[in-house]
Amino acid sequence: MASTNDPFQFKEFDEAGDLLDANRDAVTISIDDEDLKPQKQRKAAGFPPDEDEDDHLGDDKAELLSGEKKNVPFWTFEYYQQFFDIETHNVRERIIGSVLPWPGKNFINVYLRRKPDLYGPFWICTTLVFAIAISGNISNFLVNLGKPNYKYTPEFRKVSIAATAIFSYAWFIPLGLWGLLLWRNNKVMSLVTYSFMEIVCVYGYSLSVYIPAVVLWIVPFEWLRWCSIVVALCLSGSVLALTFLPALREDHPKVMIAILLGIELLNALLAIGCKTYFFSKPENVPPVVIPVPRAGNSTKMSS
Amino acid sequence: LVVIHINIVRPFAGLSDVSISEDVPVEGDISVPVAASVTEDGFSTLDEPVKETVLRDLRAVGSKFVHVLYPRRSSALLRDWDLWGPLLLCVTLALLLQGGEADSEDRGGPQFAEVFVIIWFGSIIITLNSKLLGGTISFFQSLCVLGYCILPLTVAMAVCRLVLLGGSSTVSFAVRLVVVSASFGWSTFASTAFLADSQPPNRKALVVYPVFLFYFVIGWMILTFAPSQ
Repeated sequence: MASTNDPFQFKEFDEAGDLLDANRDAVTISIDDEDLKPQKQRKAAGFPPDEDEDDHLGDDKAELLSGEKKNVPFWTFEYYQQFFDIETHNVRERIIGSVLPWPGKNFINVYLRRKPDLYGPFWICTTLVFAIAISGNISNFLVNLGKPNYKYTPEFRKVSIAATAIFSYAWFIPLGLWGLLLWRNNKVMSLVTYSFMEIVCVYGYSLSVYIPAVVLWIVPFEWLRWCSIVVALCLSGSVLALTFLPALREDHPKVMIAILLGIELLNALLAIGCKTYFFSKPENVPPVVIPVPRAGNSTKMSS
Repeated sequence: LVVIHINIVRPFAGLSDVSISEDVPVEGDISVPVAASVTEDGFSTLDEPVKETVLRDLRAVGSKFVHVLYPRRSSALLRDWDLWGPLLLCVTLALLLQGGEADSEDRGGPQFAEVFVIIWFGSIIITLNSKLLGGTISFFQSLCVLGYCILPLTVAMAVCRLVLLGGSSTVSFAVRLVVVSASFGWSTFASTAFLADSQPPNRKALVVYPVFLFYFVIGWMILTFAPSQ
């Protein structure tokens, strides 16, 4: 990384100055690798000599820090590229932050910092869809192992059902919540507002704790499944609650409690619904007896 | 006098100061490659026998298969991309996944169209993902690489069907598991060898993970294929 003490950089500056001295008509164009040069360097050697340079750079800096980088129309590729401007360690930190909630650490403030990404939510949802479908398949297979009537089927239909459920949870509920927060914001001036992408981001990352839980559900012990559901619900629920608490704090307490309760209930509904639908209970059920009509005898069907 | 400074410090430190004066015209020669229908001899390929044309394409596809089977960092796969190979592999895999018991009773096996959709839709999504993350590879090059790297999994599917001819016992399941796992690892490794170079270094894992997931799902479809009795 270049620094102000790098003699090489200074040499550049001197040469440019010399050249300019030599020929006053010279037009200087400099193409810089902007990451490396500190702002002072850019000011000195980079842009064409301009009196209100300071204002330009001040605007640039403010613009870069505010996060509203470019007003690109949403139907261009560049618009979506700004949501993938993320690195491996960022994703790792965000996932860890969503799995280990800390009171006082608002996920959006601490981890997102005005740079929500779509990579995390999308791929976590996709992984969860396939994890549920595959784990459900394996657990059904294990539960029914040894039963004579059972024929193994890879239930691919369930992938599409799982996908619909999880992606609608991850998109429509943030949409509703965002609209709700906007509406409340009109009534009660709140210091904290979240953009739609940030809410989608929180919801997406909060689902990441379910991936290990779902894999754990393969083991056909009911107590283990319920334990893991409770733990997962607590973790993801508290991440969501800690995130939305600052936004709702100035509101009427009844509204705040209602909204938080709604968030938690929907979360629980998703978890329990998935468990019930995709994972069959390991219960001691006598196999279905097909009634064979015998002359003179009545047979009972047991199920 | 036009003074152009190019201050990119990292790799091109030696070229940091390039000045070109105005009275030296910048010269060059932009030549367009000769149109594809004319060979070096100048003969048009329109007149050649159809067998020649087909064989030439088949040879190109075959050479790419060899590149996938022995993945080295060569740019042949990227430079001369084509989508014939992926189409061939996709159709073969989808056909091999038919004829299962689950399929005949419509009880949950993948239909022909479903396999197609999963492979092509999955490849498109992964390509979009890598482009959004700032990859330098083009759209069709990426589709080409992902499609060709399904070759080990297709071979594994053929092997699985052969193993299943001998009955579906625990031993056959173990053999199939090993074969599918090995080919899944091979596919992921091969495609990563081609795709990883096109990404900035701090995002490589972000690009590799979806590829891993894609081949994992295909491997799962192959492993859970249940033959009809």
